[in-house]
Amino acid sequence: MSDPHPITITVNGQARSAIVEPRKTLADVLREDLRLTGTHLACEHGVCGACTVLLDGSAVRSCLVFGVQADGAEVTTVEGLAPAPGELSDVQAAFRDCHGLQCGFCTPGFVVSIHAFLDANPAPTDEEIRSGLSGNLCRCTGYAGIVNAVRQVVRERAGGPPTEGVPTVAGHAVTTLPSAP
Amino acid sequence: MKPAPFTYEAPTTLGEAVDVLGRYGDEAKVLAGGQSLVPVLALRLARFEALVDLNRVDELAYVREDDGAVVVGAMTRQATVEADPLVRRAVPVLAEATRLIGHFQIRNRGTLGGSIAHGDPAAEYPAVVTALDATVTVAGPSGTRQLAAADLYDGPMTTTLADDEILAAVSFPVWGPRSGFAVREMARREGDFATAGTVVGVTVADGRITRAAISLFGMGPVPLRARDAESHLVGAATAGLDLTAVGAAAVAGVDPPSDVHASGRYRTRVASRLVARALESALQEATA
Repeated sequence: MSDPHPITITVNGQARSAIVEPRKTLADVLREDLRLTGTHLACEHGVCGACTVLLDGSAVRSCLVFGVQADGAEVTTVEGLAPAPGELSDVQAAFRDCHGLQCGFCTPGFVVSIHAFLDANPAPTDEEIRSGLSGNLCRCTGYAGIVNAVRQVVRERAGGPPTEGVPTVAGHAVTTLPSAP
Repeated sequence: MKPAPFTYEAPTTLGEAVDVLGRYGDEAKVLAGGQSLVPVLALRLARFEALVDLNRVDELAYVREDDGAVVVGAMTRQATVEADPLVRRAVPVLAEATRLIGHFQIRNRGTLGGSIAHGDPAAEYPAVVTALDATVTVAGPSGTRQLAAADLYDGPMTTTLADDEILAAVSFPVWGPRSGFAVREMARREGDFATAGTVVGVTVADGRITRAAISLFGMGPVPLRARDAESHLVGAATAGLDLTAVGAAAVAGVDPPSDVHASGRYRTRVASRLVARALESALQEATA
């Protein structure tokens, strides 16, 4: 039975089937079999958090779950967080506003973790925010921008001042800076 | 890295799991939450012909009260233990210790039984089991047996369970009224394994300590009990108790390991202070 197993996972609301070797992690299955490469793999042993997804609603490291174990489960990846294609979730928008990313490799894991963290604790203190982020590693930002992004989401969801408008072109967010005049 | 190939077995009952495990002998490994095992496989520190996954054995996930004890099924997720009202009321130190395990993403997947069976000497749950004299239920081919916490660990990440046995449940005795508990640890970063840590429980009556338990983790090959310090505490008046002396007594004769994170001597000093602080907190809770 180390032979490939047929599995069906509901990913971002859609039933997806694949035939996978048991040793493939959920992260491998998402990336290689389902072609959802938003979930990133860095350390592959549960330390960095880049591969964080929601498994039946709970944030887990997808490098520490085998794909065969997710058979029948519901998975939400970073691709499934925004309300519609071309839009950003409030967490993603706050990351852009607050410079919460530089190279962006760790960002999908942070974004998924923060969605789960704020669902459980909608009004965290700064100490709780830092604790909530401690399971994700970022090598670029020094974390200050990421903490600020979480603070912004907390403010917005509490009805605070809205984020400045995100420029869009033909319905798609513009993610590059305009060139200098 | 990626794990080496293995055969995947996913039984749905404990009986079926024991049967499947028995077929492979020491060629198979039980997969619980996988938060320690999968890294070991991914780093190729170990490989097994088969993994027997307990995640579909629903009968192993529960928390219930049973004759003066709280019994927790081995496959209960740590996040469930952390939030469970019965655990928080009757065995509060178990919930408190759970919050110190890894990160919330780890606790969402990691299980109580997995951590206890893995037996990392720097982990929180084995130290709680050791301090509280918990009883472990083990299922094997000839039925189930009960194992006292003191008989569970044989060495670092080594239990006395046989290759064909599965840790099925852990029973935590509920202490009486006027009891207090605390867990304290020092880790270099939040979520890291502790450099050193302690779990303390006391019961107080008429201003005197009537029951005391102190366990140490990260301080030896298995979780340790500070029996001498405990026996000095029992009968002692809580007023004017020399906490520093109790801390020193708890680590006397302990020879903790030295590694890149800390020397053995440093661990001893840290553990001594942690015991004093945990005891202070436990006494406050017991006399509140």
